[in-house]
Amino acid sequence: MDLRYSAADELFRSELREWLAAELALLPPAPHRDDWLARRSYDTDWQRRLFGAGYAGLSWPKAYGGQEASPGRQLVFLEETTRARAPYVGVNFVGLLHAGPTIIAEGTDAQKSQHLARILRGEEVWCQGFSEPEAGSDLASLRTRAVRDGDHYVVTGQKMWCSFGQVGDYGELLVRTDPDAPKHKGITWLMLPMDLPGIEVRPLRTVSGSSEFAELFLDEVRVPVECRVGEENDGWRVTNVTLSFERGTAFVSELVDAMRLVEDLAPLVRDPGHRRELGHVTAELDGIWALTKRNVTQAERGVTGRGTFMIKLAYSETRQKLGELSMRVLDREALVIGGPGNFVEERLRTLALTIAAGTSQIQRNILGERLLGLPR
Amino acid sequence: MNFDLSDDQVALRDGIRALLEGKFPMKRVREGFNLDMWEVLASAGVFSLRADGFGWADSAIVYEELGRALIPGPLVWSFGCAVPTGGLLRMDSGPYFVEHLDEIDELHVLGQEGIRSIDAKQISGKANDWPLDPLTPVWRVEELPAGDPFGEADASAELWYGGGVITAAYLVGMADALTTLAVDYAGQRKQFDRPIGSFQAIKHICADMAVRVEVARAATQAAACILDDPGSGNRERSVSGAKLLANEAGIANGRAATQVFGGMGFTWEVDVHLYLKRAWVLDTHFGSIDHLADAVASTHVDLGSSASGNH
Ligand SMILES: Cc1cc2nc3c(=O)[nH]c(=O)nc-3n(C[C@H](O)[C@H](O)[C@H](O)COP(=O)(O)OP(=O)(O)OC[C@H]3O[C@@H](n4cnc5c(N)ncnc54)[C@H](O)[C@@H]3O)c2cc1C
Repeated sequence: MDLRYSAADELFRSELREWLAAELALLPPAPHRDDWLARRSYDTDWQRRLFGAGYAGLSWPKAYGGQEASPGRQLVFLEETTRARAPYVGVNFVGLLHAGPTIIAEGTDAQKSQHLARILRGEEVWCQGFSEPEAGSDLASLRTRAVRDGDHYVVTGQKMWCSFGQVGDYGELLVRTDPDAPKHKGITWLMLPMDLPGIEVRPLRTVSGSSEFAELFLDEVRVPVECRVGEENDGWRVTNVTLSFERGTAFVSELVDAMRLVEDLAPLVRDPGHRRELGHVTAELDGIWALTKRNVTQAERGVTGRGTFMIKLAYSETRQKLGELSMRVLDREALVIGGPGNFVEERLRTLALTIAAGTSQIQRNILGERLLGLPR
Repeated sequence: MNFDLSDDQVALRDGIRALLEGKFPMKRVREGFNLDMWEVLASAGVFSLRADGFGWADSAIVYEELGRALIPGPLVWSFGCAVPTGGLLRMDSGPYFVEHLDEIDELHVLGQEGIRSIDAKQISGKANDWPLDPLTPVWRVEELPAGDPFGEADASAELWYGGGVITAAYLVGMADALTTLAVDYAGQRKQFDRPIGSFQAIKHICADMAVRVEVARAATQAAACILDDPGSGNRERSVSGAKLLANEAGIANGRAATQVFGGMGFTWEVDVHLYLKRAWVLDTHFGSIDHLADAVASTHVDLGSSASGNH
């Protein structure tokens, strides 16, 4: 048992560091958070640069243009890019981490050749239309209706909290194709071309004041049947394939980012109570990092370890503590957003971490039932 | 990177687990520590792991099993010793609370300048007839003999960090055992015609217990790896952080299990209180939660000075 990366991974790290140092110097300033068109071009430009340098799709199979890198190497990549403050995956998130892997696992050859390369090169942006006003944690109760009409599905309904809805070329869309079947059995997974008639995207303002996500109104949108991924009414299984990709290394950037925030906060800490709390949060983040390394090692051996199901819960709860601590350390400096260090924006943004991608309560249900075997 | 148990380590873990289950079921554990117990453990090689070529990571694996079984006694202070040995952290002022005084041959006193060893027969103290942890008897000692030098500052540091790591491992084992106790009870105890584990209020307590164990275990084994391979991380930060998480896992899981067991959790008969009490005892060994949090904070390069007043 040891913590060292292989010599090959360390070589990868030093090459990546060099590349980042050179490439980051060439980047234009980051765009304003509400300028979605500029954000799209900034994030996709970064993806193109990654692609050009051979860093795109590290987790994707070689057959689809990916690097098929080991989980350990993916960890190094996320560690280094986050530490170097490289652009976040941003608008490419859904395509690279959700839709792309789902198409790889479940898509037809035509779907693969139409989308995968474009996602990798930053040419195609995806958004996620799963949740609805009445279907959040209980996602399978979704109501957006799709009725087959020849070689189209006619889709009507409403989607909520659709991240990157403003700039998506395609959406992952869950629809109900059989309203009479039990709720998990009547769902279908569709690729929604966002330029079809009948789609209205309304930005939703978040607690940060920005428009990170949108509502999607669908009014008799005619979606070609060839946009279906998986079989009709088999969408719940496909959805679980999609969501399982959130468990891999999805929170590594967040974790490294939090460790960096701790380092930024440390020089501002004066009160001995705050200092103690900073030590506490640091220990928790270090522990979650160690658990991440354990998960990665197990993944390399083809094992999905227990810890894989715990990272999201543990990390998001600790991050809330860090957010609270940073507000108390800043004291009245926290009254303005946009001060040095981004602490206040981060406090607001991270309020979502215990809600999005399965709330902490849902995570505890899953742990209790699936891992510990407690009755439902 | 290779941060998981090797096949040999799995065998080591399973071997010691089987030995402890065979020799020391809870009934025997409840009778407390004595020389017979020490001899079984010593002949199994528990105290001589380092001398026998095992690393800190291996030792942590063994101590996690000792904790799971709640084996009593001065197991950590005896690590690396040929005779039952107790310990204390500093020598500055009394009264001292010495554990297991009747069963130890030597008492090691750990200070920054080094370790001193005192012949236990030279120590006079008053046995407490009501110790917090019934399996950790305590003597109140007003004055300690000076003893003899036993190790220099580097030996003292090695004992501090090594002792911290294997104590953390012991606590992780305890916290894991508590999770199993709580989950088993929650699955079988029925109220309102349902197993109590189907109530989210109970289920979520259990989920949090499991998470504490897994995070603390990863942190502890990472710290052990860093002791084995000092270039692979920061010793002060990793050991302090790991022991902090383990102390917390032990104590918080002890409280959580008490709650899950309801009124039974408040009885002497159910084992939960024995774990919780031991966790409180071990929080005073090799750094308490508060002390360790400060130690971790001090490893931040640019910590704001706490001497200056508030703005
Ligand atoms: C920043 C952000 C981005 C998002 N991006 C997307 C996106 O791109 N696409 C998308 O489809 N969705 C997205 N979501 C939606 C997200 O998936 C849902 O908000 C989440 O699943 C919770 O659903 P809800 O908001 O309806 O809350 P509800 O399900 O109504 O939950 C409200 C409260 O009740 C609790 N609760 C609910 N059910 C249970 C239960 N069984 N047991 C115990 N407690 C329960 C919850 O924990 C929560 O505290 C995003 C959300 C956020 C915050």
